[in-house]
Amino acid sequence: MSGIPAVILWTVILGLALGSFGLRFVFIGFMGGKPIAPWLMRHLRYTAVAIIPALVAPLVVWPVPTDGVPSLMHIAAAAATFAAGYLTRNVLIGLGTGGLALVLLYLAA
Amino acid sequence: MAITTTKSAFWQGFRDSAPFIFMASPFGFLFGVLAAEAGLIVPEAFGFSLAVFAGAAQFTALQLMQENAPLIIILVSALAVNLRMAMYSASLTPYLGDAPMWQRALAAYFIVDQSYALSIVKFENEPRLPAPQRMAYFFGTNGIIAPVWVMATALGALVGTRIPDSWGVDFVLPLAFLAMIGPMLRTPAHVAACFVAVAASLPAAALPYNLGLIAAGIAGMIAGAQAELWLERQRAKTEAAE
Repeated sequence: MSGIPAVILWTVILGLALGSFGLRFVFIGFMGGKPIAPWLMRHLRYTAVAIIPALVAPLVVWPVPTDGVPSLMHIAAAAATFAAGYLTRNVLIGLGTGGLALVLLYLAA
Repeated sequence: MAITTTKSAFWQGFRDSAPFIFMASPFGFLFGVLAAEAGLIVPEAFGFSLAVFAGAAQFTALQLMQENAPLIIILVSALAVNLRMAMYSASLTPYLGDAPMWQRALAAYFIVDQSYALSIVKFENEPRLPAPQRMAYFFGTNGIIAPVWVMATALGALVGTRIPDSWGVDFVLPLAFLAMIGPMLRTPAHVAACFVAVAASLPAAALPYNLGLIAAGIAGMIAGAQAELWLERQRAKTEAAE
């Protein structure tokens, strides 16, 4: 696997460190008692739950291990992982199911 | 048990956070392994976790760096995953906003899902808790999780270099994300946000420079906010009709 250039990596690390700290500090540090606007709060609630699925969906439909060819097995493994996480509300059970699905994929390949 | 001193408030936070070790350590370990697979050396993975200290955003950045996405897209996407931290910060301000600046700055670094979730429940249930004890409790919730997370990533990076490439761990990252999404879908509005983001991300993948991710993410956020408004209005209507 190709390495990530050190300049890119450290720029990302520093940028994310500063940016993440900024996001965490903005209200507690600067804004004091001023409340956050309700419309903004309403959008912030859905950031992670929108960005992460948007990132993962193309990776499932066009998986890297098959060089982007849609594969029923990869979709099945993804569906099982998601379903286990959703039904049990437990990330680790979801992750365990995903690991099991990967082993099955490996054996079937 | 009633909290009587600042010290005991810290230890109570510490104890309350203990179960989260079982989440932070395997997740940190996995980040380390995947970082090593992507070519990061141990100090790089360690520095990454220490500086950024946010699991989902780190996984996002790692994935996009491997896709050779433009720098600006990597930063915007990973920070978007972390936007909820601003919400946590806002929601903790009424409880912690009166503390000295250096404490608030330090607390900001430690705002993560677990510390927020534990603290906000504590502060709401015990509104008469004195301010220094609130801060002590908050720091307590990270007294064990933070070192465990950072050490687990370093350990994962150490082990990760020994895992042969042929095992094909390329698909582990998407599966890790999927395992994270399930428990996040707490309300119909969360489901709407997720569904719209997924539906938009597939055609949007045709956009250059990974812009599709940003576009689909924004579409999902708007869908979630609108669904929440709609549900509130429906509820108000039902209550008015009764």
